[in-house]
Amino acid sequence: MTAAQTMFDKIWRPHVVVERDDGNTLLYIDRHIVHDGSFHAFAQLRERGMEVARVGQTLGTADHYVPSAGRTLDDVPNPTARRVIEAFDTNTADFGVQAFRMADPNQGIVHVVGPEQGFTLPGITLVCGDSHTSTHGALGALAFGIGASEVAHVLATQTLWQTRPKTIRILVDGSLGVGVTSKDMILAIIARIGTAGATGHVVEYAGQAVRNFSVEQRLTVCNMSIEAGARAGMIAPDEITYAYLKGRPFAPQDQEFDRAVTYWRSLPSDEGARFDKEAQLDGGKIEPMVTWGTSPQMGIPISGKVPGPDQFTDAEGQTATRDALDYMGLEAGTRMTDVAVDQVFIGSCTNSRIEDLREAAAIARKGKAAVPTLVSAGSTRVKVQAEKEGLDRIFKEAGFVWADSSCSMCVGMNGDLVGAGKRCASTSNRNFKGRQGQGARTHLVSPAMAAAAALKGHFVDVRDLMGA
Amino acid sequence: MEAFTALTSTAAPLEDINVDTDQIIPARFLRFPRKDGYGSFLFRDMRLTEDGQEKPEFVMNQPPYRSAKILVANTNFGCGSSREGAVYALFDYGYRCVIAPSFGDIFFNNCFKNGLLPVKLSAAEVAEIRRIVCEHPDTEISVDLERQTVTLPNRKPLSFQVDPFWKMCMQRGLDDISFTIEHRGDIEAYEKRHAAEQPWLHIGEKKKA
Repeated sequence: MTAAQTMFDKIWRPHVVVERDDGNTLLYIDRHIVHDGSFHAFAQLRERGMEVARVGQTLGTADHYVPSAGRTLDDVPNPTARRVIEAFDTNTADFGVQAFRMADPNQGIVHVVGPEQGFTLPGITLVCGDSHTSTHGALGALAFGIGASEVAHVLATQTLWQTRPKTIRILVDGSLGVGVTSKDMILAIIARIGTAGATGHVVEYAGQAVRNFSVEQRLTVCNMSIEAGARAGMIAPDEITYAYLKGRPFAPQDQEFDRAVTYWRSLPSDEGARFDKEAQLDGGKIEPMVTWGTSPQMGIPISGKVPGPDQFTDAEGQTATRDALDYMGLEAGTRMTDVAVDQVFIGSCTNSRIEDLREAAAIARKGKAAVPTLVSAGSTRVKVQAEKEGLDRIFKEAGFVWADSSCSMCVGMNGDLVGAGKRCASTSNRNFKGRQGQGARTHLVSPAMAAAAALKGHFVDVRDLMGA
Repeated sequence: MEAFTALTSTAAPLEDINVDTDQIIPARFLRFPRKDGYGSFLFRDMRLTEDGQEKPEFVMNQPPYRSAKILVANTNFGCGSSREGAVYALFDYGYRCVIAPSFGDIFFNNCFKNGLLPVKLSAAEVAEIRRIVCEHPDTEISVDLERQTVTLPNRKPLSFQVDPFWKMCMQRGLDDISFTIEHRGDIEAYEKRHAAEQPWLHIGEKKKA
């Protein structure tokens, strides 16, 4: 009898090509996604005169530098950014990589496009030169972000040298309350374990709350695994996963799909499988969350108050808190619901899928924006779907700006920036200093919480607006 | 890639914990080609004012630390984004070694591909080194990769662990692609097996996966 295995083991082991005595493993990569920011890797490939080893297993989509208003190069305000987008087109064409260019109906943010196209599948290894590649683990894949040199290595060899990470299981029991989303859950997890709480580990999220989630809600959870330092996040595939994948363009079709499902059913961690660490949360106790500082771990329930340095016992924590409060322009003890926002962003690989937009629209329809609000759909397909459902009209009637798909204001590389000293309620994943622009102050929230802040001009408990 | 064997240099101390790669290099500089140099982007918004003037309080702007090739940082250095530009910026500015109690995983891996040696020591050891270089900025620190030691004047060498594979790559200035190519036969044999086991993945086929 074989020992009980984790899902991570069940995916890692069949992907080992070579294992060295020193523990380094040459890991096979089933699928690889490149984006416009991957030009550094293509430059390395050109320097060596190498080709892309497996074009059929590689997919490109333009997202980071793509404008959120318009789909032509003329719409790109910055000339260097324009060259980056042109380089994406040239690189993918020269190397024969299938690519969704800026104006392609399938274009979108890498971590929205992968699952949407069925390019991401259970049981596979998937990488991309972006730290939020952990997103794809929501379908039961081992997916992680890599640097440009590693992107070049995968392009050239379809493999990566890796050492085996450790594993953590995070169990969330019970059900989330009304108005509490998977975004709130992952923010609560990161607040609990810290921004380095899972460094060197792969996280498996489990428990009833996770099983109840749709695939899109799971994608949001796994997306932010990296904000706890994790190498990857994953969730066991189930009937919800298979139903989501069926019929997607890159997913197996017909009998091949059935055969794949038979295999996928063997992937979940065995009963009694050992994890290096375990953590547990009660889903019913999670409230809508909002971050107050400059690290994703600096999150509190919306009913809470901004903490002060004296709430930390260690000198480094106190310094970091003082520094964060100073940057954020906040005073300890302030109620989060008293904090006014200057603008709102709804989008990014964390929260830009159709269900996210539906949740935001359900709030947006209750009023008018008090502050400038930008909504950028996660992919062009999501945008078309939202327009079919009339969500765009709801947003526009509320005074929100309805934008094209791009990484947009999450990282500001396309010129969508938050001004210095301005405070933004954002559905993105990072509240680092300067992330949304020099001097910008970012507060991470769920789509519904972001829409609620847009209507009120300050943070509010979205549950107070629901049913109203 | 430039090889790393041993280095003796002054060191700059950076006290902050959780320094993310967005701080090391803000996203707006990632669009430039590497060959143009990334040194001027390093810690841009911590190091310089908006109009490009040096902030005198920032450690790297203080004369004794300007020529340091070693950065002594704090917990979880290089967390966040996978941007290899963070490593390019440190290297092009002149750093060859970063010592910290812990690193962001992706940043840590990126270092080895670019000739920047990341050294993990205990939090207490790193705090002690930071204290010493704060009090005596001209302290020269020796980092020896072969022996895996960090040595301060008149002190016992501190040992660090390093992965043997990446150690070898760093010492020879090799990047791993050249090494992996030697395993081409293994990769092709693996693909045959893998394609038979999971035919729906269409491993090795030219068209869409």
